[in-house]
Amino acid sequence: MSLNYQDNILNVHSIESFGTHDGPGIRMVVFLQGCKLKCLYCHNPDTIDTHGGEEYPIEDLVQMALKVKPYFGKKGGVTVSGGEPLLQSKALISFFKRLKEEGIHTNIDTNGRILNHFTEQLLDSYADLVMLDIKHMTEEGFESLTGAKNKETTFNFAKHREASGKPMWLRYVLIPGITNKPEHLHALGAYFKDYQTIKKIELQPYHKLGIHKWEALGWEYQLKDARENSKEEIDAAVNILENYFKEVKVN
Amino acid sequence: METTSIKSGVWTNQVDVRDFVLKNITPYHGTDRFLVGPSQRTLKLWEVCKQAILEERKHNGVRSVDTDTISTISAFKAGYIDKENEVIVGLQTDELLKRTMKPFGGFKVVEKALSEHDLKPNEALTELFSKYVKTHNDGVFDAYNDEIKKFRSLGFLTGLPDNYARGRIIGDYRRVALYGIDFLIEAKVADLENIQGPMTDAVIRLREEVSEQIRALHDMIVLGAKYDLDLSRPAETAKEAVQWTYMAYLAAVKEQDGAAMSLGNVSTFLDIYIQNDLEEGLITEEEAQEYIDQFVMKLRMVRHLRMGAYDEIFAGDPTWVTEAIGGMFEDGRTKVTKTSFRFLNTLYNLGPSPEPNMTILWSEELPQNFKDFCAKVAIDTSSIQFENDTLMRKSRGSDDYGIACCVSHQTIGKSIQFFGARTNLAKTLLLAINEGRCEMTGTPMVDGIAPLEGEYLDFDTVMANFKIAMKQVARVYNDSMNIIHYMHDKYYYEKAQMALIDTNPSINIAYGIAGLSIVADSLSAIKYAKVKPIRNEEGLTIDFKIEGEFPCYGNDDDRVDTLAANAVADFNNELKQLAVYKNAEPTLSVLTITSNVVYGKKTGATPDGRAEGVPFAPGANPMHGRDTHGAIASLNSVAKINYEDSQDGISNTFSIVPKSLGHNEETRIENLSTILDGYFSKGAQHVNINVLNKETLLDAMEHPEEYPQLTIRVSGYAVNFVRLTKEQQLEVITRSFHESM
Repeated sequence: MSLNYQDNILNVHSIESFGTHDGPGIRMVVFLQGCKLKCLYCHNPDTIDTHGGEEYPIEDLVQMALKVKPYFGKKGGVTVSGGEPLLQSKALISFFKRLKEEGIHTNIDTNGRILNHFTEQLLDSYADLVMLDIKHMTEEGFESLTGAKNKETTFNFAKHREASGKPMWLRYVLIPGITNKPEHLHALGAYFKDYQTIKKIELQPYHKLGIHKWEALGWEYQLKDARENSKEEIDAAVNILENYFKEVKVN
Repeated sequence: METTSIKSGVWTNQVDVRDFVLKNITPYHGTDRFLVGPSQRTLKLWEVCKQAILEERKHNGVRSVDTDTISTISAFKAGYIDKENEVIVGLQTDELLKRTMKPFGGFKVVEKALSEHDLKPNEALTELFSKYVKTHNDGVFDAYNDEIKKFRSLGFLTGLPDNYARGRIIGDYRRVALYGIDFLIEAKVADLENIQGPMTDAVIRLREEVSEQIRALHDMIVLGAKYDLDLSRPAETAKEAVQWTYMAYLAAVKEQDGAAMSLGNVSTFLDIYIQNDLEEGLITEEEAQEYIDQFVMKLRMVRHLRMGAYDEIFAGDPTWVTEAIGGMFEDGRTKVTKTSFRFLNTLYNLGPSPEPNMTILWSEELPQNFKDFCAKVAIDTSSIQFENDTLMRKSRGSDDYGIACCVSHQTIGKSIQFFGARTNLAKTLLLAINEGRCEMTGTPMVDGIAPLEGEYLDFDTVMANFKIAMKQVARVYNDSMNIIHYMHDKYYYEKAQMALIDTNPSINIAYGIAGLSIVADSLSAIKYAKVKPIRNEEGLTIDFKIEGEFPCYGNDDDRVDTLAANAVADFNNELKQLAVYKNAEPTLSVLTITSNVVYGKKTGATPDGRAEGVPFAPGANPMHGRDTHGAIASLNSVAKINYEDSQDGISNTFSIVPKSLGHNEETRIENLSTILDGYFSKGAQHVNINVLNKETLLDAMEHPEEYPQLTIRVSGYAVNFVRLTKEQQLEVITRSFHESM
C-alpha cells in the first residue's frame, strides 16, 4: 500500500504518548511514515519507506491527543515527526487545525525539503513551532549524508519561516569527522545568526542506537565506522555555536 | 503547649487533633532552601545503624532475637543506639535491631521463624503456648471449613492474615503528644461508663475492648518512665512532641507485628510545635531537622520477626511505617508545612530508604515549590510514592487521613480497616473455562459452570461463567475474612493502637485482587482475536493458541481498558452483597505487594498468551512490555479503573529511565510534576515513581555490597533492592521501564 494523501487520514508509523525530547514540555509524538531522504545515521529507518504504516483517521488522533492533554501542562503539546511529516502536509493542515481548536500546541519536526502551497499554509497558520533539521552546510556533505541533492531547499524553507515571524528551532546531528568540524559549525552559525525566529539550536550527538533497525530491514549500515562524540567534542561544538545562537542545547 | 500563640478550640476540651491542626497550622509555600544537613550527633548515630544493618544482612537478615520475652508495651528495659547522641530516644527492645516474639498472632509461626535461624523459644513459653494459651492462628483454623482451606492452599486466596497479625490499623499517635495520657485515660473511662446494656455480644465485646485500651494506656506511661519521660502530661516543646509521638508509635510496634504499621500523618502536626519553638527562639533549624532525622532514623530501625515464607508475599522485610505528607484541607489551605520538607529531607541527610514509606498526598493545588521538591526527591531517591488527595478527600469525606500500608485511605483516629490480602482474579477467570475446576490440579472449586463447547472460546459464555466464578470466590473470600477478623479481635486485639482511636470507629474491610492486567488482556484476546484452548486428557487448559490481534491493557485503548475497569466493578459488587463481621464496609484494592511473583507461579497458562508460572504484573500495572504507546498511555489505562469501585486503592508502579524523563534535572522535575498533575486529574489514585537505569539494577545484582541503600518502589512500598530474592529482582528488571523512541 502506498501513501495516499487523503486530507482526513494520516499514515502513521507509531505514536509515543510521552515524548520529552521532541519540542517543549511533554508531548504526544506522532511519527509519520515515509521520507524521501535516506540519511546515513537515521535512527528510525523503518519510517523511511513511503509504503506501509497505518492509516489513522485524523479525528482519532485528535481524540488521542485530548486524552493525553492533561499531561501537557503549560508547555507541551503534539509533535509530528517521522519520517518526513511534510509529505502529508495536506492532511496535517486538518490535523493541526483541529488541535488548535482544542487549544493544543503544535510542532513539526522536519527536514524542510518541501515548500508548496499546503506546507506554506500549514506553517503560516497552524504550526506553533517548527524544528528544522540542518543536515550539512556543504552540498557534497548534504548529498553524501542524505542521498539527495540541493541543500538550498532546506535553507529556503528556513527563509520562509523567518519571514513569517513564527518560532523555529534548528536541529543538527553532530557526527565526528562529518559534521562536527569547526568550519561546518562556523558556517552554520554564520548563516543563521541574524535569524530572529530561531529560539535555539539543539545538537544531537550521533549515536548508534538505530543500527539494529537497519539490520532488521536488511539494509547495510554505512556509518559503521563512525564513532560517538567525546564529551570534549560536544563541548567544543557548543562553544562555537554559542557565538551565534541564543541557546544551544545538547539532546 | 504552654504558650499564648496556640489557638484553642473544640480540641481543647475533647479529643480532636484535626481541630488543633486546622487552627494552628502554618502552611508553607516557599522552597527547600531553608533545609539544613544532618547534625554531627545524627551522623554518628546513623553510622552505628548502618553498621548494624550490615551485620543484620550478614546474619541472614536477623541480627539478634530475644527468645525469652513476649514483647509487650513495657516488656523491655530502655534501649539506646548511642545514648549521648540521641535526641529522640526509644527502641523496640533493649538493643538495636533485636527482634522479638509476638506470639499471639500464631505461636507456630514464631517457632518456624526462629528455627530458620536455628533458634527456639524459651521452653516455658513453648509449654505455655502448646498447652494453655490459644492464638489468633489457632482460632482461625478451628473455624475454617474445608472449602476455605481448599481455596487457600490452591492459591485462589493468598497471603491472608490468618497466621500473622493483620496490621493496617493506624493509631492517632499525635494524641499522646497533644493531650498526654492521663487525659486520654479519662476520656476512655468516660466512654466505658457510657457503654451500657442490654448486654448483647457487641456491647460486651466493646466494653472488654475499651477496658483493654485503658490498660494499654497505663502501660504506655510505664514505657515512658523507662526512658525518664512523663507521658502522662502533654508535650510542651517541639522535642517533646516528636518524642511523645514516637513513644506512642513505639508502643504499637512493641505490642503488634502487623504486616503494615503505618504512622499516619504526623508531620504537619509536629510542625506546629516546631514552628512555635522556632518563633520563640527556643530552637534552631538545625535542631528542628535533628529531631526529625532522629525520629525517622528510629522508624527505619523498626523490625519484626518473620518467617521465610512471609518474604514471598512481602519481600524485603518491609514494615510499612507509612507517613502521609502534604495534601489540602477542605477549606482550601494546604497542609504542606516546613516539616513536610524536613521529613523528605531525611532522604538526603540519611540517604535513600524504603522506610518510613513516605507518601505524598498530591493535589493540583499544592504549592508549586513543594511539588517541585517532591519530584526532585522522587527522581533522586526512588523512595517515595504519590496518592491523589483531591480524589480521596472528596470520595471519602475526610481531610485528616493517613495511608494504611500502601494505598488505603484511613481517617486518623476515626476509622480503622480490616486487612484482607487478596484473591487471584486470573485464576478465577480460569475457573470459567475449566468447568469450575482448578486449572493446575483439577480440584472442583465452584459449581454451576458447564463445559465449554466449540473450538474457540466464546466471549459471552466465558463472561457469564466468569461472573459465576467471581460470585463464588467472593463468597468464600468473605467467609474467610469474617473468621479471621473475629479471631484477631479475640486473640490479638490491637489495644495500644485502638486506645488512640475513637471508641466506636467506622471500619472498612479491605479486600483485594491480583492479576487484573491478565484478566483484562485475556478477555480482550477472547473478544477481539480467536483463542483456542489446548487441554490435557483431564480437559484442563494447559495452553492457548491465539489467532489474530487484540488490544492490550496499558495503551489507553478503551476496548480493553473497559474490560479491566468492569472486572474490578463486577468483583466489588459481588463483595458488596455479603455481610461482614462488625458491619464493616467492604472496599477493594488492586494491589499485589510482591505476591505477583508467587501468584504467577500458582497460576496456569492464561488466554492472553502468558505461560504457566510467569509472574503477574504488580498491582494494577499493565503486563510487562505490552504497553507499547509510551508512558502516558500506560498511566491513562490505569486511571480508568474507577476509585469508587476500588476504594481501598489502585496501585501503579511507574519506572522510567532518567534520560526519558528529560534531558536535565530541571526538565525532569518539571516533567514529573506535570505528569503527576495530569495523571491525578484523570482520577487515578496512586503511583510509585522509580527513576532508574536498568543497568544500575543489573549492577546491583552483581555487586550488592556496593548498593546497601539502593531503594526501589515495588507495589505501594519501597524495598532495598539488594534484599529482594533473585527471582523478585529479575521480575523488577523485566518490568516496563519507559524509554522514549
